[in-house]
Amino acid sequence: MAKITYIQFDGTETVIDVKPGLSVMEGAVKNNVRGIDADCGGACACATCHVFVDPAWLDKVGQKSAMEESMLDFAENVEENSRLSCQIPVTEALDGLIVRLPESQH
Amino acid sequence: MSDLNAHVVIIGAGHAGGTLAALLRQYGHTGLISMVGDEPIPPYQRPPLSKAWLKGEADADSLALRPLAFYGEANIDFRPSVRAVKLERSARKVHLSDGSELSYDVLVIATGARAIALPIPGADLKGVLSLRTAADAEALKAQVGPGKQLAVVGGGYIGLEVAASGRALGAEVVVLERETRLLARVANEVLSEFFRDYHQQRGVKFELGASVTGFEGVDGHVSGVKLADGRIVPCDAAVVGVGVIPNDELAADSGLETARGVVVDLEARTADPHVFAIGDVAHRPMPIYGRMFRMESVPNALEQAKQAACAITGRPAPTGEVPWQWSDQYDLKLQIAGYAFDVDEIVVRGDPASGKFAVFHLKGDQLQSVEAINAPPEFMMGRQLIGNRKPIDKAKLADPTVSMKEVAA
Repeated sequence: MAKITYIQFDGTETVIDVKPGLSVMEGAVKNNVRGIDADCGGACACATCHVFVDPAWLDKVGQKSAMEESMLDFAENVEENSRLSCQIPVTEALDGLIVRLPESQH
Repeated sequence: MSDLNAHVVIIGAGHAGGTLAALLRQYGHTGLISMVGDEPIPPYQRPPLSKAWLKGEADADSLALRPLAFYGEANIDFRPSVRAVKLERSARKVHLSDGSELSYDVLVIATGARAIALPIPGADLKGVLSLRTAADAEALKAQVGPGKQLAVVGGGYIGLEVAASGRALGAEVVVLERETRLLARVANEVLSEFFRDYHQQRGVKFELGASVTGFEGVDGHVSGVKLADGRIVPCDAAVVGVGVIPNDELAADSGLETARGVVVDLEARTADPHVFAIGDVAHRPMPIYGRMFRMESVPNALEQAKQAACAITGRPAPTGEVPWQWSDQYDLKLQIAGYAFDVDEIVVRGDPASGKFAVFHLKGDQLQSVEAINAPPEFMMGRQLIGNRKPIDKAKLADPTVSMKEVAA
């Protein structure tokens, strides 16, 4: 299991034990954590699972694919540490990961 | 008339019903929520059934919208394997197939749609399958593999996705389509030809303009598809993907207005203030097109779940959406925004041969819809332009060297 902390826009923190193999998005959605919509269910088609990865973890979550990069380019309020959480597979190495959620996914 | 203590009964446990139940709790609804579904499992995602799931890249856990335990923890009374058989609106009561009945303050019809079964001889043979539910997908998966012959009846999105997954699993695939081109009901010729070529290059065979008249069988199992010209296309399994019909009988029989779907307003509410309808079963207004229609997509199910959840809990309605959908085939990602109503001009941006292009559908100088292949900027900016109704500079749009941000500026 990997402990992932999801921090809402209003500062509320939710810590979830996520099974390796799921994505960071699935860890949130399946546990009813608000703030990640994931309309397409993880197909990298909608950019509604946008998160800001804690800078300390940025190297560990891996690289963006060209498709993700391109989708993010057109999402709202994108920062250097923006990622689509459906494209981050959870591994034991991500135990302790912190992600912050944007105010809105649309 | 919102009441956070109201007993909400949701008929249907698909993407729309399951999302609504969770949203109601997120929005602070405290009353009892009952959700009745005719399948044995909690709400799950249907799109992967023809793609990742069929190819064995996703399991039941990842298919589920939320784990079964969620419903108990959220105090949602989920009743699997039960159907609603009669709606008695005057008594605000719904009768279920297990003989029980549920009284409601608010009823939400989220019964979805069902695959059209072809009324032709042999359609009841084993191995003649449709693809709507996880059980359908399970049956199909068992029939597809190396060396197997798979016949796909219907060259729409489901058919093409099954064809792509079938090839990935090593099956021989032939697609039989009644029209003279693929995707005839839902896309224009540029896309039809692109998909035909892409699939052919990956070994899929096509019979276009082919009318299927029946299925042949051996020992009760399908062995071939019979065409009107007398030919028989041999197969080990046949998947029929020729469209769906809405499950609107429960509403219609209770006297609610239907029009190939349950008629609702912008809040997803029917003419009966206690009854809503959401998802594939709803015939709903779409203000950006100034008309009402029924959509079959996950984003539509999510949007209407939001509309109903807001109305039920007394929140302001969500801002109007631009409908969209997607399809994955091989390494292609097709993203579609909007619907091509009243279109008088088509602009193709990029070269289809490059595997990365977009087809824009315009009415005058306004964008009605876009179909983008491996082209997220075209999809994302196109979606925005459909929503804000800005006049489009067609010369810029047609020129891939002008960025989509500049086109939309």
